[in-house]
Amino acid sequence: MADMVETTASGERSATAQSIRIGFLLAGLAALAVAPLFLYPVFLMKLLCFALFACAFNLLIGYTGLLSFGHAAFFGGAAYFTAHAVKEWHLTPELGILVGVLGAALLGLVIGFFAIRRQGIYFAMITLALAQMFYFFCLQAEFTKGEDGIQGVPRGHFLGLLDLSTSTNMYYFTLAVFLVGLLVIWRFVNSPFGMILKSIRENEQRAVSLGYSVQYYKLGAFVMSAALAGLAGGTKALVFQFATLTDVTWQMSGEVILMTLLGGIGTLIGPVFGAGLVVTLQHYLATSDFPVTIVTGVVFMACVLLFRRGLVGEFYASRLGRRLGFAYRR
Amino acid sequence: MTTIFGIPLAAFLGQLLIGLINGSFYAMLSLGLAVIFGLLRVINFAHGAQYMLGAFVALLLLQYLGVDYWLALAIAPLVVGLFGALVERTMLSRLYDLDPLYGLLFTFGLALTIEGTFRYLYGAAGQPYSVPPALSGGTNLGFMFLPNYRGWVVAVSLVTCLGTWLLIEKTKLGAYLRAATENTVLVQAFGINVPLLLTLTYGFGAALAAFAGVLAAPIYQVSPLMGTNLIIVVFAVVVVGGMGSILGAIVTGYMLGIAEGLTKVFYPEASNIVIFVIMAIVLLLRPAGLFGKDA
Repeated sequence: MADMVETTASGERSATAQSIRIGFLLAGLAALAVAPLFLYPVFLMKLLCFALFACAFNLLIGYTGLLSFGHAAFFGGAAYFTAHAVKEWHLTPELGILVGVLGAALLGLVIGFFAIRRQGIYFAMITLALAQMFYFFCLQAEFTKGEDGIQGVPRGHFLGLLDLSTSTNMYYFTLAVFLVGLLVIWRFVNSPFGMILKSIRENEQRAVSLGYSVQYYKLGAFVMSAALAGLAGGTKALVFQFATLTDVTWQMSGEVILMTLLGGIGTLIGPVFGAGLVVTLQHYLATSDFPVTIVTGVVFMACVLLFRRGLVGEFYASRLGRRLGFAYRR
Repeated sequence: MTTIFGIPLAAFLGQLLIGLINGSFYAMLSLGLAVIFGLLRVINFAHGAQYMLGAFVALLLLQYLGVDYWLALAIAPLVVGLFGALVERTMLSRLYDLDPLYGLLFTFGLALTIEGTFRYLYGAAGQPYSVPPALSGGTNLGFMFLPNYRGWVVAVSLVTCLGTWLLIEKTKLGAYLRAATENTVLVQAFGINVPLLLTLTYGFGAALAAFAGVLAAPIYQVSPLMGTNLIIVVFAVVVVGGMGSILGAIVTGYMLGIAEGLTKVFYPEASNIVIFVIMAIVLLLRPAGLFGKDA
């Protein structure tokens, strides 16, 4: 995608922008720490799960330039794996989530293996088609319980010690998962591996000519993104204590694209904002009879037509953003 | 009773016919996608929604104005085509200079909006649309019973596909279109109104989808979600065929429809994933698609 925002690892870093970032980070952490006192914890946990999902998706589109239209397979798939592991195998929550992450990574390896054979628009269509195939698998498979989904998943005790059945404990557990996920993403995009991914996004031919096996790097990024989407999906299954078909539909894949696009593709924090906005919007529309789909669709079109950089990206690129020293790239 | 590979012949032919019907729709829709993509470089995600719109326009015309099937077959594509042209002119045309992915995302949003609106207004449940009296009943072919309407759909879709192919390959307008696909700037320099050509192409593609939608109305139920689930399968068809050639899109559409029908006979559990499996195999063996030119 041509005009994206570059925030991390740009050549020059402004001190003002950096201190704003740190201040913002601290304020954000403080807000998240006290948020359950003011807001409904389940809503917050949902928000965190989707924010992590969007960040995982952004790892692929923002830093490798690959638009996956099938990320629901990893998110919803991991929800099924975790729910099954915890309910049927009686694993502890952390091991259950690990099962979800590994399952999603494996699924990512398979889908990625086929999808990276084509680029751009074809890549999007292939991921969409393969994710739809996974949807049909989930519809028919025994362990997913078909239309009912896996219900009554126990949250269990974290490390056998901390009881997660209370929403406060579960909230801080989810927050910890979210922060760990974000840290992994941050570390990943700033690693040498992440740098090579960016070079592939910028100019694939040149990356090839420099001797990098572009396909391996793409597949690596795809698996990483799938695994992190799985982390979000597995956690969501514990939060809501069920896993259903909703999370593996193409609509869900579209939703995560919207979150990322709305917040800002290629910005580290944008998807968090995007997810926050979309989840909040859905939360309020759920009580009215006005369908969410229409709003989602209109916001989608508006984003593509009017602000392709997303909210955070547009801020970085605005006059104020530039004056404060946020780097951006056309 | 005659059997083929241990399956009763009648059941076999019945599924083959269903496969051929599905294939007709795959062919018409992937043809429209290929025509639009060829010139606009946009993957029209809203193609399924436009197909659904065609069926709905026919249904509403019947319910409110008493317009019958035959007239709807002409009016619905016109209405949806105009709507498509309007969308292209006002919004989609602003995205041509950008990465093609934005076109996909925009049309995805458009599809969601259209579907959401119709779900809001008419509910998610399917509504029946009766077969026109002239085509009701069936014909006994001796070896099987062929419902007349289904035979009609297969025939009309063949004619439509062939007609579109001739229009693009053999007429002057088609020549402009192909030239504009090759080199837009040069064609414009020769004094041909390329923006108009783009609008017409998108409108034509939308009309084609709507035409398929009207044809589908008496076979499948008319519901807001009838299009998008179909379009994902059509995407797989397009990946298998490759978007390089119009004829390739048509042939692949029929082939995969029949493959799906046959799978229903021999291994029903896999029937709704067989097209995706074929897509995966084609990606392994021939990543550019069966008829694809781009590597």
